[in-house]
Amino acid sequence: MTSEKTEPKKRRTFLDRHGALERNGTLLLVASLLVVSVGGIVEIAPLFYLENTIEDVEGMRPYSPLELAGRDIYVREGCYVCHSQMIRPMRDEVERYGHYSLAAESQYDHPFQWGSKRTGPDVARVGGRYSDEWHVDHLSDPQSVVPESVMPKYAFLKDVMLDGKYIQATLKTHRFVGVPYTDEMIETAQADFMAQADPDADWDGLLERYPGAQTRNFDNASGVSEMDALVSYLQMLGTLVDFSTFTPDASR
Amino acid sequence: MDEPRYDEATKTYTTGHSYDGIEELNTPLPRWWLWSLYATIVWAVIYSIAYPAWPLVSTATAGFLGYSTRAEVAAEIARVEEANSELNTQLAAIELTTLKDNETLHQFAVSAGASVFANNCSQCHGSGAAGAVGYPNLLDDDWLWGGDIEAIALTVRHGIRNEQDEDARYSEMPAFGEQLEKDEIAALVAYVQSLSGLDHDTALIEQGAELFADNCTACHGDEGMGDRDQGAPNLTDSVWLYGSSDEVLTETIANSRFGVMPPWSPRLSDAQVNAVAAYVHQKGGGE
Repeated sequence: MTSEKTEPKKRRTFLDRHGALERNGTLLLVASLLVVSVGGIVEIAPLFYLENTIEDVEGMRPYSPLELAGRDIYVREGCYVCHSQMIRPMRDEVERYGHYSLAAESQYDHPFQWGSKRTGPDVARVGGRYSDEWHVDHLSDPQSVVPESVMPKYAFLKDVMLDGKYIQATLKTHRFVGVPYTDEMIETAQADFMAQADPDADWDGLLERYPGAQTRNFDNASGVSEMDALVSYLQMLGTLVDFSTFTPDASR
Repeated sequence: MDEPRYDEATKTYTTGHSYDGIEELNTPLPRWWLWSLYATIVWAVIYSIAYPAWPLVSTATAGFLGYSTRAEVAAEIARVEEANSELNTQLAAIELTTLKDNETLHQFAVSAGASVFANNCSQCHGSGAAGAVGYPNLLDDDWLWGGDIEAIALTVRHGIRNEQDEDARYSEMPAFGEQLEKDEIAALVAYVQSLSGLDHDTALIEQGAELFADNCTACHGDEGMGDRDQGAPNLTDSVWLYGSSDEVLTETIANSRFGVMPPWSPRLSDAQVNAVAAYVHQKGGGE
């Protein structure tokens, strides 16, 4: 039995040379690393030097020690799993949550809390929106104020007392990764931590170091609890930039 | 590598790869697939020229179409604001007591107010405005600070007992636990319960009435009818913000309550404040 079709002429193409890569493991590894890093070099690296990716915005400051502890609790409890902190520049989001988020507003976040999913609402500008009492009620038993909510209860936060023993080290760590905490801030970290939620404390120094920090007994119970820390963090979210004086550059 | 050979059975060349006698056929990608790939590459180049894309020294290329998400959202918001501007200007300027006479404007205010309420107020007052323990029900006709539309607008604009707004409504009930003995507070609890006909310990009424007259009437009135100028609740009706049980009333009298409402003027425009006031006012309890 013979083939009716005549054998077509075989062409050797440029792609045949690809065989060299396929036969040499080290070469393949180096070449694929090169290809993959193009994505990083073109898409990520420029964000670190381009002037128009991070605009300088007045009002941003590092987190106060108590806010930072509250932020750690926020991360520990996985709040970011259901809540984003990233108002996108779209009309529905801006009308619901407020001015769209700026890159600068996350500049002291390590790690950032933009989130990727909204089972609950965005919290980038939740600060000042509700009373402290509401936050305590809502965190303790979300359904007591929002019956349709599926949020779990965090009532235990009220019972866990904090002494700020390690807050200085936390501030130092954040300074290590680029947050501009001054020596003075680090020196007074634990004192500031205890003072912010203490109605009898002298807040002048704290407010000078952390302008716009909110100082009061957040959970209306004595001592500094995790509830105080978390509510102090939530109540400052999105409040640092004064959008009545800030004009965004449209091209950014 | 072996030389590619022609495979009779499939009428295809092999690649020349042969491992333990197992060979690989050289079947190229279909033309249509390949051309689609080339088309997407061309599209990517055009796209990256038209839209912001390539990083340069200090900025990135802006693209020929001049697209920017910020400009787009600003334009979108301006478009909607423009469309409603006439009604919103009227709504911001109107004497609220006359709003009901202007049917179109009132209807607009109530619909706009419903959105404002759902977004900003429902978290405390409930999505149906029925409130929760500690957060007033807005459907009934029991008002702490006044239930006419202007009083509601004032409350929304400045809030209650907050630190941010100097014009916030303010009052502070003393924590009587610091001044009265436990049995005195128990007597007060019984007397307050008797005012609205709740079950109470009748033996304590006389002492309770005396203590009430000495300590409570300045704000809650001789008859316990409350005082809206101070946000002091009426104690004779069956509406209880925090509850009317012995435990809750003891807590209220001993440690006081200090319900805070944030000021909404920083977040809401005048038209929005008036809209949400109109929405709440027409809910059923408006005066």
